[in-house]
Amino acid sequence: MDKTEKLLEVSGLRVTFKTHGGEVNAVRDVNFTLNKGETLAIVGESGCGKSVTARSIMRLIPEHIGKIAGGSIHFKGQDLAKLPEKQMRELRGKEISMIFQDAMTSLNPTITIGEQIMEGIIRHQKVTRSEAKRQAIEILTLVGIANPESRLKQYLHQFSGGMRQRIMIAIALVCKPSILIADEPTTALDVTIQAQIIELFKSIQQKTGVSIIIITHDLGVVAKIADRVNVMYAGKVVETGPVRDIFYNPQHPYTKGLLASMPRLDSDRSIPLSPIPGTPPDLFSPPIGCAFAARCDYALEVCRNYQPAETHVHSKHAVSCWLQDPRAKKLLASMQPPTGT
Amino acid sequence: MLSFVFRRFISMIVTLWLIITLTFFLMHAVPGSPFEKEGKALNEAVAANLNAYYNLDKPLLVQYGLYLQKLVQFDLGPSIANSSDTVNKMIARGFPVSFQLGLISVVFAIVTGIALGVIAALRHNRLIDYLAMIIAVIGISVPSFVVASLLIKYLAVEWKLLPTATWGTWQHVIMPALALAFGPIAIIARLTRTNMLEVLTQEYIETARAKGLSPATIVLKHALRNAILPVVTLLGALIANVLTGSFVIEKIFAIPGMGKYFVAGINNRDYSVIMGTTVFYSALLIFLMFVVDVLYGIIDPRIKLHRKESEG
Repeated sequence: MDKTEKLLEVSGLRVTFKTHGGEVNAVRDVNFTLNKGETLAIVGESGCGKSVTARSIMRLIPEHIGKIAGGSIHFKGQDLAKLPEKQMRELRGKEISMIFQDAMTSLNPTITIGEQIMEGIIRHQKVTRSEAKRQAIEILTLVGIANPESRLKQYLHQFSGGMRQRIMIAIALVCKPSILIADEPTTALDVTIQAQIIELFKSIQQKTGVSIIIITHDLGVVAKIADRVNVMYAGKVVETGPVRDIFYNPQHPYTKGLLASMPRLDSDRSIPLSPIPGTPPDLFSPPIGCAFAARCDYALEVCRNYQPAETHVHSKHAVSCWLQDPRAKKLLASMQPPTGT
Repeated sequence: MLSFVFRRFISMIVTLWLIITLTFFLMHAVPGSPFEKEGKALNEAVAANLNAYYNLDKPLLVQYGLYLQKLVQFDLGPSIANSSDTVNKMIARGFPVSFQLGLISVVFAIVTGIALGVIAALRHNRLIDYLAMIIAVIGISVPSFVVASLLIKYLAVEWKLLPTATWGTWQHVIMPALALAFGPIAIIARLTRTNMLEVLTQEYIETARAKGLSPATIVLKHALRNAILPVVTLLGALIANVLTGSFVIEKIFAIPGMGKYFVAGINNRDYSVIMGTTVFYSALLIFLMFVVDVLYGIIDPRIKLHRKESEG
């Protein structure tokens, strides 16, 4: 499949949250594109703004909690950042769908699974109940649930963890959206089920051509499913590139740190994992310079005082780090990566 | 399900029997008899005859046995104070009136209470939320007889909108039903609001929003059902509240319901009337509690499974 046609373009996205202590800048000037039929992974630690970015695309952040403070989200000729709520409701679940981390709490415990699948179909396609039921059976079969017809009448508690996640996926896919946003879809599952769900994502993408944005902190999942990766830190995308480049040729010290802190089967077990020391900055008052500078082993004076500009490693691989700036080439030569990459 | 109903039926019978036994012995432990009116002493021979006629001269345990024997045949006995009347007839006359008033009050309380609670939750921390909660606090703190008196004073006496008392047309129902429902409305509204606020932060509400559903659908279909579960639990106690409240309210509005006979029965120490009305109300209440339990299982499917698992 041709994965170069732009489907979604996020530029200059800023999201702020109102709190008693003041405004939190959760997402600060995020830019990225999503192409048709590709899988984009957004990775980063808790609180880096990856979920907020995803929810902003769906405009799911309640108005009294936070707002999109700037930037645009272009999708099919419309700017989702400025679209009226009523038109946004037409898009949700139909053009852009979302699945959440924990299916146990993200599905309604007192409404049958069938009803929860069918209400989306009826809402967006204006079809009869029997047609909606037929489609619901079809989608349950697609996500690999046996005896879909009798399963429709059951409730959430009558399904296993993996089954619940499959149902979430079914609900998200039932109106054949062009974008599927998955927020930590495998985090609440055990490893064998994780693998099954990832395989399911892949096969569904092959069958339907849906573009997927997967949000995760699990680099193992990223390696298995993603075409491209956005690494986020403190509300910014610090490195973006094809999955191979991110894993084999990481440029940002934070990306390197993430990779170094990941356990590997082929590594010497006597060498302990090396976590990134420190904690992310306070987003009430984001640092003037690079947000990672305080935790970075290679931080320069310039890092603390100026935001790094985006530097292209090649046409698809970009990094925001002063070390990659053409002017820092000399310093780069003396820098030793923490692990053999 | 069938085994659940059966086990509940057995426990209902046991509960009822305990209530009957306690009421019977407590009632007889109170000094005095139906034939002793204040200041008037009855002729001893007449009193002995009357006692013999109503079996009151026999040992208490024998009386208790005789009462149970008649009770299982659904015969609640004759009224002692008014020998031409039986307790069965009193219930047949009074209960339809009380039932009508009670039902209207309960339905009114549930509908208004839930509506107020939902509105307050959706307008959380805004004027309408504060107003609804002020009404709720007043409703919880002010007893129904005060509400009844105020309603009579303004609606009936000063503005002459409604009849002051007695029973008959639909206008007669409004004030007693309002007075009875006021407290329950407050309780239901507060509970609904609290639960609604919590349910609205649940993740499945976000899932519903992500499907593109309208706010109305989300609230009515996804949130309300989960928010009113605790309200359903409360329903049994609430109905009891309305039933007992109706004794006072019926007295205030001179409504010819069960309450009138019950209060008169206690004043006259009319043993069979006290017993009969108590047994009847207890049975009704126990049955309603059972209905609430079944209802709970219907609204929350998880509970049904739980039962099946514990049965199996």
